[in-house]
Amino acid sequence: MWAFLYKFSSPKYFYTIAGRLIPWFGWSCLVVMLVGLYYGLFKAPPDYQQGESYRIMFIHVPAAWMSMFVYMIMAVAGGIGLIWRIKLAEVMAASSAPIGASFTFLALVTGALWGKPMWGAWWVWDARLTSELILLFLYLGVIALNSAIEDKRTAARASGVLALVGVVNIPIIHYSVEWWNTLHQGATITKLDAPSIHISMLIPLLLMAVAFKLFYATVVLMRARCEVLERERNASWVQELVKRD
Amino acid sequence: MASDFSTFKLLLKRDLTLAYRHRSELANPLLFFIIVISLFPLGISSESKDLQVIAPGVIWVAALLAAMLSLDSLFRSDFEDGSLEQIALTAHFLPLLVLAKILAHWLTTGLPLIVLAPFLGILLFLPDSAMLTLIATLALGTPILSLVGAIGVALTVGLRRGGVLLSLLVLPLYIPVLIFAAGAVNEAARGFPVLGQLYFLGALLMLSLTLAPFATASALRISLS
Repeated sequence: MWAFLYKFSSPKYFYTIAGRLIPWFGWSCLVVMLVGLYYGLFKAPPDYQQGESYRIMFIHVPAAWMSMFVYMIMAVAGGIGLIWRIKLAEVMAASSAPIGASFTFLALVTGALWGKPMWGAWWVWDARLTSELILLFLYLGVIALNSAIEDKRTAARASGVLALVGVVNIPIIHYSVEWWNTLHQGATITKLDAPSIHISMLIPLLLMAVAFKLFYATVVLMRARCEVLERERNASWVQELVKRD
Repeated sequence: MASDFSTFKLLLKRDLTLAYRHRSELANPLLFFIIVISLFPLGISSESKDLQVIAPGVIWVAALLAAMLSLDSLFRSDFEDGSLEQIALTAHFLPLLVLAKILAHWLTTGLPLIVLAPFLGILLFLPDSAMLTLIATLALGTPILSLVGAIGVALTVGLRRGGVLLSLLVLPLYIPVLIFAAGAVNEAARGFPVLGQLYFLGALLMLSLTLAPFATASALRISLS
């Protein structure tokens, strides 16, 4: 197993394997997403309170889940890169950050679009919205630090430290924001807090969550391949690859 | 070789002496703090009832910004003249030495804020009942700002234009401190008990005191490599 990991984490081997995996992830993502969207947008019944506009949840909720999931992956990969100095972990962390930031942005935008007809305002300083916004700031900080340092390996290690500091802070931020919100506003609007969600809505939601995961896998592998090429541009296998094409 | 603790004291003394010799630089963040706060009555209203409402938030946001602006001096000059490298090369426990530098930084930038804050509270008509809470939150909160900020400075010290980047890295991490501290002062102004918020601030201080020096030390090693 260690031999396999060792082999897999070599940039050259990763480049070829990732190239073979991308179509699988990409096509299965497309299929699952189409099925999920079909069931979500056409088959699931309208909500008895929110009517049709709740359907944006099939994008919003998976995006919000992914925003946190990708941050965890980025932090774990950054930590692995810091401790064992595995290049591939650094590459994964660096290529995850912009994707995670996009998911966070998507969650915020869809939340705002849903909030306008539901709450009557584009933005409410709701606890979840606020902590999602702060998460976006944390992502942007990691991305900015990563691009500010010229040497790629130093940049990866520095943003690994920042991502780990962020992971310690995320629960603190989350609970402090929640506490701040409930203390200052008497009535907090909680969305999707109904304990039971009907099965006809749950299945498309889970399908969309899987589709978003597959989408992330596809895009992160594409970005990582590109990043590997850039980092290893002086290696002989990259030179050969370029010459062959 | 000197013990870790005596090196800690030496480094603290050195940083305090250096700060004392550059007194005018120390005054700058404080002046910033005062000017920012005096902008709010000009921009919003001079009515005491309006200012009273925003006073806790304004004082704390200004304190956050002043603390952040002063952060750059924490490692910058030592990095430029190479003494930071020498500090990192000693056989002493680096997080402890980092803690000495952070402590010196807090004594020269955080502590004066605490002394100034009550006067600024008077300017913004903060009720007397909240004054003690304001001092208590600043006493518990400003060390957290220095400790957490040190991580950000350590990450950006090697960059030529780290200033704006530093604010992007550090300000989101300051949010919990702002929420608990300004919340406590708000509650005190309305006459509610604030012990819960102070306990939270104390817990955050302990957490950052135990973890931040390690993160700062490893970030410094990355920046110096």
